[in-house]
Amino acid sequence: MAPITHLQTLENEAIFVLREVAAQFERPALLFSGGKDSIVMVHLARKAFYPSRFPFPLMHIDTGHNFPETITFRDWLVQDTGARLIVGSVQESIDKGRVKEETGPDASRNVLQTVTLLDALKEHRIDCALGGGRRDEEKARAKERFFSHRDVFGQWDPKNQRPELWNIFNGRKNPGEHFRVFPLSNWTEMDVWQYIAAERIVIPDIYFTHRRRVFWRNGVLLADTPFVTIQPEEKVFETDVRFRTIGDATCTGAILSKASTMEDIIAEVAAARVTERGNRNDDKRSDTAMEDRKRAGYF
Amino acid sequence: MNQGNNKYLKMDLLRFTTAGSVDDGKSTLIGRLLYDSKSIFEDQMEAIELTSRNSGEDEVNLALLTDGLRAEREQKITIDVAYRYFATPRRKFIIADTPGHIQYTRNMVTGASTADLAIILIDAQKGVLTQSKRHSFISTLLQIPHLVVTINKMDLVDYSQDVFEGIVADFRDFASKMDVDDITFIPISALKGDNIVQKSAHMPWYNGPTLLYHLEHVHVDAVRNLIDFRFPVQYVIRPNPSFRGYAGRISSGTIRVGDKVTVLPSRLTSRIKAITIYGGETEEARAGDSVVLQIDDEIDISRGDMIARSNNVPHFSRSFDAYLCWMSAEPMELNKRYLLMHTTRTIQAVVRKLSYQIDVDTMQRKEATRLELNEIGRVSIDTSMPLFLDTYRRNINTGSFILVDPDTNVTAGAGMVRKAVQVEMNGPVVSPVFVEGLSLKLEDGTGKTETLWGHSQPEPVEEAEEQAKQSGEIDVSEWNRRLYTKRSTDVIWAPSGVSREERERRNGHKGMVIWLTGVSGAGKSTIANGLELLLWEEGKQTAILDGDMIRGGLTGDLGFTPEDRKENIRRAAHMARAFLEHGTIVICAFVSPFHEDREMAREIVGPSDFFEVSVYCDPETAMQRDPKGLYALARKGQIKDLTGFDAPYETPRQPFVRLNTAKMTVDESIAALRRKLLV
Repeated sequence: MAPITHLQTLENEAIFVLREVAAQFERPALLFSGGKDSIVMVHLARKAFYPSRFPFPLMHIDTGHNFPETITFRDWLVQDTGARLIVGSVQESIDKGRVKEETGPDASRNVLQTVTLLDALKEHRIDCALGGGRRDEEKARAKERFFSHRDVFGQWDPKNQRPELWNIFNGRKNPGEHFRVFPLSNWTEMDVWQYIAAERIVIPDIYFTHRRRVFWRNGVLLADTPFVTIQPEEKVFETDVRFRTIGDATCTGAILSKASTMEDIIAEVAAARVTERGNRNDDKRSDTAMEDRKRAGYF
Repeated sequence: MNQGNNKYLKMDLLRFTTAGSVDDGKSTLIGRLLYDSKSIFEDQMEAIELTSRNSGEDEVNLALLTDGLRAEREQKITIDVAYRYFATPRRKFIIADTPGHIQYTRNMVTGASTADLAIILIDAQKGVLTQSKRHSFISTLLQIPHLVVTINKMDLVDYSQDVFEGIVADFRDFASKMDVDDITFIPISALKGDNIVQKSAHMPWYNGPTLLYHLEHVHVDAVRNLIDFRFPVQYVIRPNPSFRGYAGRISSGTIRVGDKVTVLPSRLTSRIKAITIYGGETEEARAGDSVVLQIDDEIDISRGDMIARSNNVPHFSRSFDAYLCWMSAEPMELNKRYLLMHTTRTIQAVVRKLSYQIDVDTMQRKEATRLELNEIGRVSIDTSMPLFLDTYRRNINTGSFILVDPDTNVTAGAGMVRKAVQVEMNGPVVSPVFVEGLSLKLEDGTGKTETLWGHSQPEPVEEAEEQAKQSGEIDVSEWNRRLYTKRSTDVIWAPSGVSREERERRNGHKGMVIWLTGVSGAGKSTIANGLELLLWEEGKQTAILDGDMIRGGLTGDLGFTPEDRKENIRRAAHMARAFLEHGTIVICAFVSPFHEDREMAREIVGPSDFFEVSVYCDPETAMQRDPKGLYALARKGQIKDLTGFDAPYETPRQPFVRLNTAKMTVDESIAALRRKLLV
């Protein structure tokens, strides 16, 4: 037999983790953002339980500030997999007064998602939320476990994590607590792209080059959408861009790119000199922005 | 997965662990590996430059790359295991970076549990400290197969060969207590980049690999147990009444459709009907694969059960001996009920007895009544229901477990099975298997010693014998004899309808056997590996047979008497012949000291395909190199019959090539040999 490649190892590991979740938890859900990592997660879930359907719903925390392509793609994938979709709406959280919308030009609903997410988990009694987070994304994530415990308030205690040894995952918890589980922990951005290419996984068009109206803010190229207020000094122009990650439209930066095929994208990732989160305004707020959000219950 | 011709899709994975404190330059080393392999991005670099400046540091603190948490940055310490990733065109790497001081044992054990290799950092100015020993001990306990001892800060000792060799000698002295299979010493300067990625211009006396080269080329799959098929059932898949599949990840061994299997605990037997993977089926699967098995008969199987091959089942035990590392602030209590998680099974268990505690700094046993956080001890555990176990040394996946405190749900202990007491037996056949790894002698105050994991190969056999005695059904030593007894030697090679000529035509070259002979330290393995790499890069079909490699398995039952050496060579030659018949260029590296034995090998392979290469140097050079520390051991009288020391070596009379490695560099030797090969 051919030697086992690192992508096969990562796939085997992720499938093992997904099955462990199905076995150890009563009501898991897969957090689906429409981004490439969660698309890969759905693909792995299909593989893990084949020929059955995967035994958990998809959960989308909808900031209301989406690229329309994301929603189109989400609905297609739901239909294609036959999965159940749960939507947690940030707009509803705002309407109910659970959260207060940020103001000012940099206002983003990114942080607000945490409350909506925790409310949705509670409402649907989800005891394990599967996420597409990877340890190579950000320094706080590098310390995250595959099975990450959350207390009754949904909080993460990074200094007091359970040690994780061999391939034994301890998902035991008290009522009201839940887990976040990250099957892609050991994947890198390059691994994800290579896997998408090797497995011929369908991804939304906005990952490929397209014409779009954009403007620069804090070194990030933001799309001109109805959700952002252009400041007087900011100049909107149209050019060829694509997205390296997809999140909330108010803080996900585009990159100048003419990459129109998977091969182009992979070549671009290989040559990239900044991380994919370098285009995310949400991480630039402070040195420990990610850790602080994660402690509070963020993805 | 569609693999195509993309090089990236052919890379494999190496997981390694590093331990040490900032003072040793560990973070600098990791930073250097990431930086020189272009795995640090500009925004990460900018971020740590900014943070370094803000905290008033002159130089960029590469430690900030690994210390991700707010508290770590504030207190300038590493709290937890951090995982780092980088890749070269050959391999992807996962670094489990563990702190040197705070809660070192707990974190090192965690990091080591998934590692194929450990980097031990030694400061050239300070020599072998307790911390280095501690890390080596934990690597041994966790059975990490490869150790790399990097002697760092060579720039601060004028790149002195004497300093390097002094530290190597000290470490070897300490390591002589351990039975280390693979240990590599590399002099480096992480700060200046010497011997990390680029060969150092400051240390021309060092002929070994750079750190990255070693990490890229060390064999990682040698440790996987591909013999004992173990499949812990993880999840039952039942989409419709006609399909009943058992999902799981193969812990060890391989399985094929049609194989006879036994299901534990029911002990019912059946055959593998199908191995399902996404979108289809496969004929065969192996250790590490996540698959779905279907079996012929309707047997009630659920999560936590185990499927094994009928002629090779694990121990079936409710009581066993283990090493236990305590990981919780609440001390371990004897006879308290814990939850024990082993493979996919969770049951209740108590620690019945604590035999002793192991001091990780002195490696001595000491009396103890309880285990506290970061302490390691040898314990006896009783479980409420049987487990399907192997010893940890033999099988990491089925020999490891954790204890969970039911009051807090935290992972309180991590255990490694040392020995299982069989409850009831239906006579399993246990194949002797060698698992590469480390072993260590533990001492107590009275000088009595006990081996940590048993010596190299006898342990599995002893175990098998013990089982056989209990079951009263098989005599394993007799079975071994039968297994290893010489059978017909005149089998004609006609492997299949495909002829050797056809294979060679497709490969585009002839097959041949290149036989390197010479004493330990002459340079056989180094040249063999280099030559193989060269040929491989040229697109040739190659294989390596190395003395150490086959002595681990194929000839693991043999010693070093002239008779055993002969038998060792006989088997190796037959194996080389098998590869040759498949059109491969086989590079063999064997001491093979006797002329008569080499002539036998020539006969077995066939004289026209056999190329004898004499690799030699003066004895002083060989002893100085001492790559495996054998001469040091021989000098101390700890091993006997070492060729070139107290056992004879007969120089080849008319070799195909002679390579004097005292006069030629490694590259020159390889080039000289390559030139002579008509392929």
